[in-house]
Amino acid sequence: MAFGQGRSGGRGRDRKPSDKEKGQRRTLFRRRKVCKFCADKIDDINYKDVKLIGPFVPERGKILPRRISGTCAMHQRKLQTAIKRARQIALIPYVTD
Amino acid sequence: MADRQYELVYILPPDVTEQQAAELHEQIEQVVSRMHGRLEKTENWGRKRLAYEIARQKEGVYVLEVIDGSGDLMKELDRRLRVMDIVIRHMVVRVDREKSVVERTRTRRSAESARRRVRRGLPPQRQPGEGRPAGDHEEMDDDRFEGTEA
Repeated sequence: MAFGQGRSGGRGRDRKPSDKEKGQRRTLFRRRKVCKFCADKIDDINYKDVKLIGPFVPERGKILPRRISGTCAMHQRKLQTAIKRARQIALIPYVTD
Repeated sequence: MADRQYELVYILPPDVTEQQAAELHEQIEQVVSRMHGRLEKTENWGRKRLAYEIARQKEGVYVLEVIDGSGDLMKELDRRLRVMDIVIRHMVVRVDREKSVVERTRTRRSAESARRRVRRGLPPQRQPGEGRPAGDHEEMDDDRFEGTEA
């Protein structure tokens, strides 16, 4: 059985086919993380827009790190200032416990 | 020193009267005009829940003022708001630079896309019904395994 043939919808992007041939376990695969702001072409990360920022501030009130959210460096920086500003005027909590 | 734009957000306690709020707004307006600034816009967000308690209040009335003016003007406003008991929290943010950056990236992006579309022989703007509908682009990358593993 030839590997890599039965792939559905072979639409480009063959990242690391070797991994697959070694038969890595399926559970290791995660969805590739994409920067939300790049993908949705959001230029302006504003402190007033709680709906936009909210998902990046989990229950505890900390800023969601890049390694989890997948945000790119530039947008994480902008997000950071927006969150800090929103905290100052009590739109977003500093801490919650 | 002109051409700067600032945003001023302040929070009043939830039990302020209309009159008090109007008075405060008037005062701000006076300071702005006295120091050769211009009040571009005022937005009243109304009563909102505070994310944490300020001055033993759990709610507050938010007001946003967009002001064109000098740094000295904002310094003066900041000083005044700080001493006023009726204002439980305020914040001044300079916005003109960020605004121009946002505008620039936006125009650059649309120009770039128009240029590429023309090169492909398409009309420069996106037509209705063209391209993938929004929201389902995430699903397409993930099915690399189907059929290969048995």
